[in-house]
Amino acid sequence: MRFFTSENQRLATEIIGRYPKARSATIPLLHLAQEQHGWISDDAMIEVGRLVDATPAEVKGTATFYEMFKFAPVGKYLINICGTMSCQLLGADHLMHHAETKLGVVAGGTTEDGLFTLEHAECQAACTEAPTLQVNYRHQYRVTTESFDQLVDDLAAGNLDGEIPPHGTLGRVRQAIPADKSVGAVPPTEVDGPPVWLAVEGAS
Amino acid sequence: MTDIGTPIDWAPGFIANTTPKIVSGRFEFEDSFTIERAMATGAYNGLKAALAKTPAAVHDEVRGATVLGRGGAGFPAGVKWGFMPPDKWPRYLVVNGDESEPGTYKDRLLMERDPHQLIEGCLIACYATGLSQCFLYVRGEMPLAHERIAVALNDAYEARLVGKNILGSNFSVDIVLHWGAGAYVVGEETALIESLEGNRGMPRLKPPFFPAAVGLYGQPTIVNNIETLANLPWILSNGAQAYAEIGSESSPGTRLVAVSGHVKRPGVYEIVNGLTTFRDLIYGDQYCKGIRDDNELKAFVPGGGSAPWFTPEQLDVPFEGREASAEGSMLGSGAVIVMDETTDIPTAALSLTKFYAHESCGKCVPCREGGTWLEKILTRVVKGQGSPRDLELLLEVGATICPGDFPHASSSRLGLEAQPFPYKMTTICFVGPSAFAPIHSALTLFPEEFEAKLTRRDTIPLMSMPVADATGTDESVGAVS
Ligand SMILES: Cc1cc2nc3c(=O)[nH]c(=O)nc-3n(C[C@H](O)[C@H](O)[C@H](O)COP(=O)(O)O)c2cc1C
Ligand code: SF4
Repeated sequence: MRFFTSENQRLATEIIGRYPKARSATIPLLHLAQEQHGWISDDAMIEVGRLVDATPAEVKGTATFYEMFKFAPVGKYLINICGTMSCQLLGADHLMHHAETKLGVVAGGTTEDGLFTLEHAECQAACTEAPTLQVNYRHQYRVTTESFDQLVDDLAAGNLDGEIPPHGTLGRVRQAIPADKSVGAVPPTEVDGPPVWLAVEGAS
Repeated sequence: MTDIGTPIDWAPGFIANTTPKIVSGRFEFEDSFTIERAMATGAYNGLKAALAKTPAAVHDEVRGATVLGRGGAGFPAGVKWGFMPPDKWPRYLVVNGDESEPGTYKDRLLMERDPHQLIEGCLIACYATGLSQCFLYVRGEMPLAHERIAVALNDAYEARLVGKNILGSNFSVDIVLHWGAGAYVVGEETALIESLEGNRGMPRLKPPFFPAAVGLYGQPTIVNNIETLANLPWILSNGAQAYAEIGSESSPGTRLVAVSGHVKRPGVYEIVNGLTTFRDLIYGDQYCKGIRDDNELKAFVPGGGSAPWFTPEQLDVPFEGREASAEGSMLGSGAVIVMDETTDIPTAALSLTKFYAHESCGKCVPCREGGTWLEKILTRVVKGQGSPRDLELLLEVGATICPGDFPHASSSRLGLEAQPFPYKMTTICFVGPSAFAPIHSALTLFPEEFEAKLTRRDTIPLMSMPVADATGTDESVGAVS
């Protein structure tokens, strides 16, 4: 049994084809695996390795470097509360304490119903809108204890299903390069001169 | 159109009250990210202007505009492009959209609000220097930016603005949208390349791995920041001369600056480069309007979490690299974090040190071990569990990462003269020094706050202790606290 569904297998082949070397598709394929499965299993890493011509250990080496990849199930909603300076100055520690109390778990934990995982996060590039958090990486700005409670209640009730997909789904729209309009990726060893527009017009 | 000076609600944090607008011109439209709006407001005119010239002439135009890199180092883009060896092909463009420096929020805005401007900038760079493929590396924790760029690229391919024979010319280039997966250090350009090759995002040694010479797959590679590239369409449409007339001679154009923390109106502002001062930005009516509750300003981070801190004495420093360096810091990634009089300085420093200690890739011992020790020691000081020796220890550990004098601002209050930027370092990249920078600034500029922490101990709850009372009966007197 292949790890990827046939649709994802097709996507994986397409993604690999965009890079001059297959190995470059490692991270995008790990995302695809996490999207399909919710987290990264050993089977997923073995399959990604097969597709990008790397050993499972090499794929695991890469995967474990990056915070977004999870190696055990997490809640449907991953709540990341930013604790870096701009947010800290405007009450991030207080917000985290409140969140832990509201959800009944400490940072790093998952609620018993499997709905929420709470994490401490680093700067989310929304510093002017502090304190911030992300739910499955969707930003929430200028969070208060009240708006936090409301958010959790709304998520639990499914009111935000249209805006926030389950953990693992990143972009809901993908790049699709049409074959007839694409230049195509070429391994670097197969290129031995400047591109045509430069060769004609003179290099700089 | 939005009222002057109000934040635009569909561009969170962006405040549209400044002129000229070079990179934020389209933000005022709610649908600024669509191809329809982009085309109706002059998108790809810069590309057309570029295609009407030779690549070398486009490179000259960009060189003449002196576009200082907006990713942190401030190196002029046109000059960097010229560092590629003339006879090694192919060459690549890797766009740095990994924005994660504490306090920095501008690249995400540019990606979410105006992806076509970014695509156009990428195309101009590729045309000018013969880059045959472009990889747009976007931080993983930004799905909205991914979605907007994906749609924009799909539309642009459809309109023959990207891909084969762009606008009917012989210029052809693919732009590939690439996902990051969460690691601050990947923003460092050589780590970005490692990551794009499918590896752990650990920085490479320079030399030999200067990307322009030995980059992606060992080939010449230009790494540019999102904002740097977003400037190019305007420059090609309006000319280097017009660009150079804005701002100061050494720092032309505008730049996006995010101001966060204790100001009345935090926001992302497009400011005139080189001339605008920190006082203008923090107190000016068209910018942040002063400190919250009319409190006193205590200190501010002038250029992202890695930058040594300034105090009110440096308010009149302009956004000009050399002047900021002489005063002991840097402008970095255009991020100002403001602390008012109520701020507990050691605690604020700890949040940054924690960040850098956590984000160390582990390749260099002084960063991996030093960062962690700095965090541990400062944590116990902040908790009131430190000893006087700890303050010396912080400086000693810091000196293993950055030997010699560490840059700091002047302080007439303390009789200190500025120690100019930069520093010496024992590590491959700037993550190690960045773990020390906030501690060094805080300790140098506010020593009394650290000393106060050493004389105040947190109350430790004690177990009840049996005591013999005067009557001779042995009774517990309950908890002592
Ligand atoms: C630890 C570290 C993190 C960095 N993060 C970023 C980043 O998120 N975005 C960015 O554009 N540059 C970042 N840089 C700077 C890049 O290494 C590089 O200088 C920059 O992308 C070059 O583009 P520019 O010349 O257009 O500024 C970082 C540097 C270091 C040392
Ligand atoms: S300084 Fe730190 S983050 Fe940078 S290469 Fe060394 S160990 Fe890695």
